[in-house]
Amino acid sequence: MTDHPHPDDYPSPQLRVEALEALLVERELVKTEMLDGFISRYVNDVGPMNGAKVVAKAWVDPEFRKRLLENGVEACKELGFGGPQGEHIVVVENTPEQHNVVVCTLCSCYPWPLLGLPPDWYKDPAYRARIVREPRKLLGEMGLDLPEKTKIRVWDSSAENRYFILPSRPENTDGLSEEELALLVSRDAMVGVAVVKA
Amino acid sequence: MDGIHDMGGMQGWGTVKIDPKEPVFSEDWHARTFALGLMSMGVSGTNLDAFRHSLERLHPMDYLGNGYYGRWLSCAEQLLVDSGILAPGAVEARARRIDGQDVEEPADVETHKPEYERGGAGSLREIADTPKFKVGQRVRASTIRKSGHTRLPAYIRGHAGVITALRPAAVLPDSTAHFTGEDAQHVYTVEFTSAELWGDDAEPSTLCIDLFESYMEPL
Repeated sequence: MTDHPHPDDYPSPQLRVEALEALLVERELVKTEMLDGFISRYVNDVGPMNGAKVVAKAWVDPEFRKRLLENGVEACKELGFGGPQGEHIVVVENTPEQHNVVVCTLCSCYPWPLLGLPPDWYKDPAYRARIVREPRKLLGEMGLDLPEKTKIRVWDSSAENRYFILPSRPENTDGLSEEELALLVSRDAMVGVAVVKA
Repeated sequence: MDGIHDMGGMQGWGTVKIDPKEPVFSEDWHARTFALGLMSMGVSGTNLDAFRHSLERLHPMDYLGNGYYGRWLSCAEQLLVDSGILAPGAVEARARRIDGQDVEEPADVETHKPEYERGGAGSLREIADTPKFKVGQRVRASTIRKSGHTRLPAYIRGHAGVITALRPAAVLPDSTAHFTGEDAQHVYTVEFTSAELWGDDAEPSTLCIDLFESYMEPL
């Protein structure tokens, strides 16, 4: 086992981030309000509710669905979604025959404009290590048991394309509005580790 | 580089638990680190690929020790020290002073941001070269093990797959992370079978990954 690179009394990350911010603010290289702005944006404005709107629209509007699958970036722009980590959004569709699931084995690349920042499980070494090697087993452990006949394809986001899953629309949702449908769509279904249930 | 970050296929990590009530930031310092991490690229005069490479260059204990935002914090500090924005040890010394310890802070050093030319904002580029490969073609991933940054994971190297899509051309992370130029290339999605990657006993599945043109050779 490698020794830790720092002494036992190395300052905690809480203290170090406070120090880093103070040093950069003193040098007028960052402004506290700018940092607050970034944080507020990803806490309040950018998150899975964006992706859920895209999915719901694709379920009710066949022309939008077609555009979305052909050119994810342009179709998402129609709903006002784009920005960092969304330079080239590629939408792949889950069906009863073909299930798709997304990972970034090398870091934690994720389609921020549609889903916000990645959850802990997506950044977990166990997820990054195992989903490419034993996806059916790991999905089962995460609560998604796929039928044997469903094929699995894993997408490793190694370049700047950001993969987004269009989940299957659940049965018995014919009477629901686009807004009601969006409320059913979970973040996890848009990464491919869950399915949408009515 | 061959490092702790290249996790695809590693074993021994245990299972994955989903916390349905997880907030965007579970601790205040995660949020501050996120924002400072984003700012660190511009302030240090570097770029996203250099940021990712800075994560990879951390000691494995630093990479894993305090989770995702722990590594972002060490990575941001490393980029800022590399560019001479902060002196080595400046963050630690200030942190100790905040903690009430009587330590001296290091003097400022001379700033030396990397000098390199960007062909535009973002990573995607229009390039004139004709793509070397076609959709449907079989290719083999390179076996070269680079010491620097690359986005060709170890578990793909040397394996044969089929090109399923041509994606927009993009700057080559292997070059931009080291400020040696953009070397924009075509990017392809390549699909591999699980048997090819993990052997005949593997669970049946396929894997799609985006590979830069120079990561592949024709079969």
